[in-house]
Amino acid sequence: MATTTSDIQTEIDKHDDHAGHDDHHHGPEKGLMRWVKTTNHKDIGTLYLWFAFIMLLVGGAMAMVIRAELFQPGLQLVEPQFFNQMTTLHGLIMVFGAIMPAFVGLANWQIPLMVGAPDMALPRMNNWSFWILPFAGAMLLSTLFMQGGGPAFGWTFYAPLSTTFAPDSTDFFIFAIHMLGFSSIMGAINIIATILNMRAPGMRLMDMPLFVWTWLITAFLLIAAMPVLAGAVTMMLMDRNFGTSFFDAAGGGDPVLFQHIFWFFGHPEVYIMILPAFGVVSQIIPTFARKPLFGYSSMVYATASIALLSFVVWAHHMFLTGMPIAGQMYFMYATIMISVPTGVKVFNWVTTMWRGSMTFEVPMMWAIAFVMLFTIGGFSGLMLGIAPADIQYHDTYFVVAHFHYVLVTGALFSIIAAVFYWLPKWCGRMFNEKLATIHFWWAVISVNVLFFPQHFLGLAGMPRRIPDYALQFSDFNMISSIGGFAFGASFFLLTYIIVDTIRNGKPVKEARVWESAKGLEWTVATPAPLHTFDEAPTRELILAESSHTGSH
Amino acid sequence: MLSTGYSIHSPLRYKLAPFLLMLILIVCLPSMAHADFGVNLPEGVTPISNKIYGLHMTIFWVCVAIGVVVFSVMIYSMIFHRKSKGAVAANFHESTAIELVWTLVPLAILIMIAVPATRVLIDLENTDEAEMTVKITGYQWKWQYEYLDEKISFFSNLAKGAREATRDAEKRGSIDHYLLNVDKRLVLPINKRIRFLMTSNDVIHSWWVRDLGVKQDANPGFINDSWATITKPGIYRGQCAELCGKDHGFMPIVVEAKTQEDYDVWIKEQKAIAAAAAAAGDREWTKDELMVKGQEVYSTSCAACHGVTGQGVPGAFPAMAGSKVVTGDVKEHIKTVMDGRAGTAMQAFKGQLDDAAMAAVITYERNAFGNNTGDLVQPATIKAAR
Repeated sequence: MATTTSDIQTEIDKHDDHAGHDDHHHGPEKGLMRWVKTTNHKDIGTLYLWFAFIMLLVGGAMAMVIRAELFQPGLQLVEPQFFNQMTTLHGLIMVFGAIMPAFVGLANWQIPLMVGAPDMALPRMNNWSFWILPFAGAMLLSTLFMQGGGPAFGWTFYAPLSTTFAPDSTDFFIFAIHMLGFSSIMGAINIIATILNMRAPGMRLMDMPLFVWTWLITAFLLIAAMPVLAGAVTMMLMDRNFGTSFFDAAGGGDPVLFQHIFWFFGHPEVYIMILPAFGVVSQIIPTFARKPLFGYSSMVYATASIALLSFVVWAHHMFLTGMPIAGQMYFMYATIMISVPTGVKVFNWVTTMWRGSMTFEVPMMWAIAFVMLFTIGGFSGLMLGIAPADIQYHDTYFVVAHFHYVLVTGALFSIIAAVFYWLPKWCGRMFNEKLATIHFWWAVISVNVLFFPQHFLGLAGMPRRIPDYALQFSDFNMISSIGGFAFGASFFLLTYIIVDTIRNGKPVKEARVWESAKGLEWTVATPAPLHTFDEAPTRELILAESSHTGSH
Repeated sequence: MLSTGYSIHSPLRYKLAPFLLMLILIVCLPSMAHADFGVNLPEGVTPISNKIYGLHMTIFWVCVAIGVVVFSVMIYSMIFHRKSKGAVAANFHESTAIELVWTLVPLAILIMIAVPATRVLIDLENTDEAEMTVKITGYQWKWQYEYLDEKISFFSNLAKGAREATRDAEKRGSIDHYLLNVDKRLVLPINKRIRFLMTSNDVIHSWWVRDLGVKQDANPGFINDSWATITKPGIYRGQCAELCGKDHGFMPIVVEAKTQEDYDVWIKEQKAIAAAAAAAGDREWTKDELMVKGQEVYSTSCAACHGVTGQGVPGAFPAMAGSKVVTGDVKEHIKTVMDGRAGTAMQAFKGQLDDAAMAAVITYERNAFGNNTGDLVQPATIKAAR
């Protein structure tokens, strides 16, 4: 143990030296051009994260419009057509603008640091894949100001509502989706190339931290799924403008074909948004439980099996489209099978905590909230997977509650956990711990007030995507809206905490920001210098920093 | 060690209390499920809806049981395995045996759920041996019901007054079943195996009545089916469940289940009404008659898109006031209403409105909203144009 520690110390000293050296010679450009021209993984990671944060606020503002309209029955604030544009763009922006770019941002920052690589494998493509995003996002948002309004057919844009019956702006929406897809695919290629080629020579695949593993698998999902989405929107474009009838029965097509193609992308997409979250939580829990991650290899296999299963369950979104009974049975069995590897993950996290020596720093609290609330989302997911029961749940608020539990208290909470976990390393400053704790409880309580009653609303019969509702749904909608406003307000505090940390946070000097954290990222100086790992870390260092070999 | 690191120790109470609160919430949930204030599925009035309810409760309890076990272990370790309590971390991190157990036990639980689920599914999908058939067609934004055996067909729209009540809280409180009421109910006999055929005229809709345990997508160009045997007379309400455009929230479903005798009486009435409507198309109408009838038809069939005052929705639905079609050639106007406009949301009303209704609504459009054309369209003109 003693020798290992001194090795680490030497290694850190070396890196500190190199960092100072590099900064001296070729520091970044100043001003805006630094960010436009940057090929540095840390800069690009920062860009991704800020972009995602801004999009989160935009998408969140749309959610506030939705909850305000639903605060009481009747049409108070917006027209039904605009309400539909809000639900559609809220979904699209949160999925493609907030959650996915945020995870790519985390990947950019962390993967090179965690595998001991000096940068991403394809730095120029990295720059390009980021800079497509703001333009795609702007184009998507610009549809709101076009005649006839923006897309109003739900984020799943089922044909023919999105083809024959859609506003003219739909073609801009299609182009925006294409651009977002390009960006994602390039990001994924970069991540795979980095992980497979740029790992420190002493790092075997099964030595990689779980965040790196989950992102490697996610990147393959992206490469497989995004082209399918591109295919779907291209077929839409053809149906709308070039007289084809892919989704029009009158011309020999089939509207249900659209749903098959969409969900063949859409279901893997769901896992694209949750697998990196599993990775984040698998990094944080061992740190604050002071105990190696339980069942590292089973976590890797579980992630891989979830990824494979994600490609063969898509039609559980379509139980009511008139599928033959054999199809429904198959998709039901395959779907509920997913709860086995997912359960393994939850059990492993809980066992990692078991007989640990736990402290509850802010990232740990977010990780624990993730495990609990994601599990609740998992339960409702299991219920939805039972085909005959799905008859009563499908397209109701029960579904809305389900996917917000897995995507907000799941994916988003893990991103917030990750930011609190790594932010001190990124900027060399500690956040205001007291404010962050207040923010945590504020958010975690309000988010449950927001989404938990939606289970009841769904079971009581409220369909999703309606701007006005029957009077018996009034109480729960009001409670849900109050929770929504409180949860929305919590993001002002989060913004303040983050900006305050970056500007005035208490400086942190220790390389290992959290005393019990393991991983190569904690061996570089704090704040992480622009260039790290010019020299690959040694096998000894890699093993010593492994969070799962039991060298704690 | 290399660094002192960063670690905080605040009082436990303040850190863990809300987690306990959440646990209490989860434990309380089952009791709420039995309470009768709209937090759970109803058992419904068909064999299928009963079975779905049973299945739903089974899965629910399984989830609660698993949740209690997992969260208890978590909370126990959060309370007792804390550094501040002097807990020293163990170092175990692998056990193939345990991994196997928590792979196989959930698998066994899943199989236990899958067996009854499969049974219900098989029952649900068997639409054979139906004693009567109703064809349901979704339109933007109303339902058409066709009794295939009786040759009766009608449309069911959002009830009168509901559209105005969306902007008027007082009206909302006073009208019957705000947004869940229609102008004409689907009347069905009890204790008869009824087969439903679902299709759509435009976009995808989904016909959903919870108490019947029926929800099935209505796809344009295709026919899906489902079935129900209603065991209790009563009124059962539902809504369209698939986003179908602007007024998706405004196309309710109301089913009225009657005893066979009452149902037979109702069928007779419907046939008499149909005969009277056909006769009304054979006589000459006055302008006042046409305008009154026309306003009624306009508010149920046209106002959703073109607006109560004919203002339309810019960029999406054209205005009636001052419209070229409405103030121009009468023949063109009739053709548009009859056949719709291909590639737009304008439906063909040929099959939806009888001669008198269509003549009335066209007359109304040509003389309301400041379109004072003075034109009069008679049912006979429509008949000739068909």
